[in-house]
Amino acid sequence: MSMHIMSAYDEELKYLTRRISEMGGIAEQMVGESVRALVNSDLALAQKVISDDTILDEAERQIGEKAIITIAKRQPVAADLREIMGSIRIASDLERVGDLGKNNAKRVIAVAGSGIPRKLARGLEHLAELALVQLKEVLDVYASRSPEKANSIRERDEEIDAIYTSLFRELLTYMMEDPRNITPCTHLLFCAKNIERIGDHATNIAETIYYMATGAQPEGERPKDDNTSTLGAVKD
Amino acid sequence: MNIMSEAAVEKALDQKMNTVPYKMIGKDVSVYYGEKRALFDVNLNIRENTVTALIGPSGCGKSTFLRTLNRMNDTIENCRVTGKITLDEDDIYDPTIDVVELRARVGMVFQKPNPFPKSIYDNVAYGPRIHGLARTKSEFDDVVETSLQKAGLWNEVKDRLQEPGTGLSGGQQQRLCIARAVAVSPEVILMDEPCSALDPIATAKVEELIHELRTNFTIVIVTHSMQQAARVSQRTAMFHLGNLVEENDTDKMFTNPDDQRTQDYIMGRFG
Repeated sequence: MSMHIMSAYDEELKYLTRRISEMGGIAEQMVGESVRALVNSDLALAQKVISDDTILDEAERQIGEKAIITIAKRQPVAADLREIMGSIRIASDLERVGDLGKNNAKRVIAVAGSGIPRKLARGLEHLAELALVQLKEVLDVYASRSPEKANSIRERDEEIDAIYTSLFRELLTYMMEDPRNITPCTHLLFCAKNIERIGDHATNIAETIYYMATGAQPEGERPKDDNTSTLGAVKD
Repeated sequence: MNIMSEAAVEKALDQKMNTVPYKMIGKDVSVYYGEKRALFDVNLNIRENTVTALIGPSGCGKSTFLRTLNRMNDTIENCRVTGKITLDEDDIYDPTIDVVELRARVGMVFQKPNPFPKSIYDNVAYGPRIHGLARTKSEFDDVVETSLQKAGLWNEVKDRLQEPGTGLSGGQQQRLCIARAVAVSPEVILMDEPCSALDPIATAKVEELIHELRTNFTIVIVTHSMQQAARVSQRTAMFHLGNLVEENDTDKMFTNPDDQRTQDYIMGRFG
């Protein structure tokens, strides 16, 4: 895009872009580390994730403040306005991603030493990998601002939902097998849900990027394959 | 009685923007100043009871287009207008049209407030007097009061109507000029950067006034302030180098314009 006549305005927008990318990097790292901590029962790593969350909280606040000041000073319109509003939304999604990573890290303590079956841990890892790919790609799209790619990410959220649903079933089975599994499995269930939510936030970000680039909302309903809300319900 | 509340009228107007009838139709309008061509086949229609803002960089032709709407360009030597402009059904460039009468139907407010060196009262009564719209003292009193009220100035000047109009503040003078334009009950009011000489408070008052006048008049405003165009208008037309680049709903224009040149201009970027 062409430059602003006032270069300081460009600097302000660049600041927002840079900070969002930084937040994205940290959020990605936190999610990866939280799952690794969970699988390896690594309490030190979990502690690091928990303390890293404050960095994201602070970054979101700073982005919000910068956005408000820029709106007040520049009265942005059109693509500039969408850019700034988009930054606020994406920052808040990334902050939530960090919170979910932190929540997973907190559960490491409860789950550690309970001897989670290897198979379950792998399932969780796989789910996290998908969510991380989603997050990584959406951050790449943020840099490229390609509406087509943003749309394709949005469509892929379905995959995460499907794996989450199957993991949910598996965890239920373990709980039914042995009541001693209930505590760790419930924690894992929350972890899985957290990771599924991270995928949703990545999708939110993709939709925001689509809007920033085109000025239009992405068309159609978001594809969904998460059936866990009705799982186990008695069917007629 | 079927009187809609002001808010209801406004909502209906916003929703039915695409069905609002045209008050003026400009077809293939070109303007030449001697050899120099200032406007290139502009097709722009002005909707009734709507504020249409004309924006664009200096020299883009927006003021030139505005001035074709009440034949103000007639006063400029060597100026030639081609194409067709109609007001309702009337071709305003038809040789049989009375220009004085046309300008009573299509009034104008200028950039710099230009009250006559007369009393406040006489400034407003001037138009109705020359157009024979009022005869008796009480008729004149009426038209002066309602016009000043419509212009939001009545309460500030009602006790000093005989004082000179030039003694008012800049913002009050501009509202006096609007009252003067309103006094002859025009159908369309043209405004050429009406707030560029006013401070923010006076500007806000004039903008509020434009907002209210829309219920009774069709308004076309030229402005250099993007924010003003966004604030007061429902339709915006963007000019560039004598061409009409884009005409759109104001809401669309300032969130997601179709044309790259509009985008660059309103965002303060250079292509």
